[in-house]
Amino acid sequence: MTSLASRPETAAPPAGTPYDRLRVVPARHPGRWVATAVVAVLLAMAVNSLVTNPRWEWDVVAAYLTEESIVRGVWTTVQLTLITAVLGFALGTVLALMRLSRSPLLQAVSWGYTWVFRSVPLILQLLLWYNLAYLYQSLDFGIPFGPSFASVETLSLIDKFGAAILGLGLHQAAYSAEIVRAGILSVDQGQLEAAASLGIPRRRQTTRIVLPQAMRSIVPTAVNEVIGLFKGTSIVYVLALGELFYTVSVIYGRTQRVLPMLVVAAVWYVVLTTVVTVIQYYVERHYARGAVRTLPPTPLQRLRGNLTAGLARVRTAREVAR
Amino acid sequence: MTTVAVRPGRVEVHGVSKSYGGVEVLHDVDLVVEPGTVTVVLGPSGSGKSTLLRCLNHLEKVDRGFVALDGELVGYRRRGDTLHELKEKELLRQRTRFGFVFQSFNLFPHLTALENVVEAPVSAQGRPRAQVEAEARVLLDRVGLADRAGAYPRQLSGGQQQRVAIARALAMRPAVLLFDEPTSALDPELVGEVLGVIEDLARDGTTMVVVTHEIGFARKAADQVVFMDAGRVVESGPPDQVLDAPRHDRTRAFLARVL
Repeated sequence: MTSLASRPETAAPPAGTPYDRLRVVPARHPGRWVATAVVAVLLAMAVNSLVTNPRWEWDVVAAYLTEESIVRGVWTTVQLTLITAVLGFALGTVLALMRLSRSPLLQAVSWGYTWVFRSVPLILQLLLWYNLAYLYQSLDFGIPFGPSFASVETLSLIDKFGAAILGLGLHQAAYSAEIVRAGILSVDQGQLEAAASLGIPRRRQTTRIVLPQAMRSIVPTAVNEVIGLFKGTSIVYVLALGELFYTVSVIYGRTQRVLPMLVVAAVWYVVLTTVVTVIQYYVERHYARGAVRTLPPTPLQRLRGNLTAGLARVRTAREVAR
Repeated sequence: MTTVAVRPGRVEVHGVSKSYGGVEVLHDVDLVVEPGTVTVVLGPSGSGKSTLLRCLNHLEKVDRGFVALDGELVGYRRRGDTLHELKEKELLRQRTRFGFVFQSFNLFPHLTALENVVEAPVSAQGRPRAQVEAEARVLLDRVGLADRAGAYPRQLSGGQQQRVAIARALAMRPAVLLFDEPTSALDPELVGEVLGVIEDLARDGTTMVVVTHEIGFARKAADQVVFMDAGRVVESGPPDQVLDAPRHDRTRAFLARVL
């Protein structure tokens, strides 16, 4: 304390100076100003070229953005992504639990699944599923190695959409399994000990204690995967399935308006990703309960808070002026 | 007190040995904890105190020997002269007769204090939620946290967290309470509030085994003090005998260092 107390004597103004008359000069940052100016100019150039270059053909973009076949393509993309994500994470969770089980066979099967489905390129897997009917003309449901109760033509069950879902979902499951496993491993061992010493049933330990805590590290990576899926579904154009990218490519093949159509697709992919990002924020906030002392405000709450604070400032300023 | 009184349990430990990867951490340990008494286990770090405690409720499996609660073997079912290892489900049910309080609390961070207390009686014992919740509030009140029922563990101090953990253990109506260094992770000024709660429980006649370094607590609350070193029970007896007139050099040396 003594060293702190003695130091201001040299820096402080001579005794008797009234502090409220002193002027504060903020530090200057010339480098920051230069960088800001450069970026502003570059930004203006980019916007300018987007607006003035007629080859972007914004009128065509606008005309096709909500065109019926495009919207249908978007809807197919959304369906593919959502079904695949749900299937992938459901199967992935099962695979992760198998991998963490004490049975060597379950562990090995889970490991083998991940190994195979991560090793084979997705495009190859899709084509394999699409040609499943060549390997197996019909699918039988019944007792293993015994009689069959029902039989379905493979072709009628696995159409283009079915093949796409199977291919994307099973591929996704291999990646999801690792994400879920990482999340489960991130939960403190003491949590399991506490649950075990309280006699909480095994399944309940998983659903109530482990998974909710694992979700905190699962969600950001999982959303990454879902966003990847939205764009990754464009790969099913090899099956000539009418999702967004395939639809767009069919249209520009016919009209030769390649660039505007690519922009249409890009805009839709950005919109979809944005929606998922917003959902991510709220899901993460939900699973942050208890992990942070106070939850951060939602953007809406922050906006409302800023508005109230701003209004209050205006009101006081007006009163001061009066 | 509206909480249902539980008949305190009697714990017997017979010739328990346990090794981790070739290192013997418990060697032929014998111990009896009479119903309604408090046993304090003292000893240097690595002497096997915590392992012994974890063997009592079968969080760790013993290599040799047996643990019994009220004459019933822990971890096994006896049919004639054969012992059948219990399945996990039965083990979990048996474990609910022991309350366990951890050094690092191990509260569930995503559940509120009240939810932490309510979880196990509902999911493990199948008791009606409304009744358990009412009881949980009484227990939280008893450990001085009635007004913090809705708080998440990270919003509580270490001492408060440990008191919630004690309430959580009590909610299972255990026959025996096990404490594994309950105050070692706490600031010195928070130790008192937790020990106070444990002393209250001791006065109510709960069977307890407490692993701790708090000699003052042992002197005040213990009926039996057990001194362990290198996986063996060196000596045991009433606190005034073990703490004030130890018979073994090893005990004397340890006490000289901690007192």
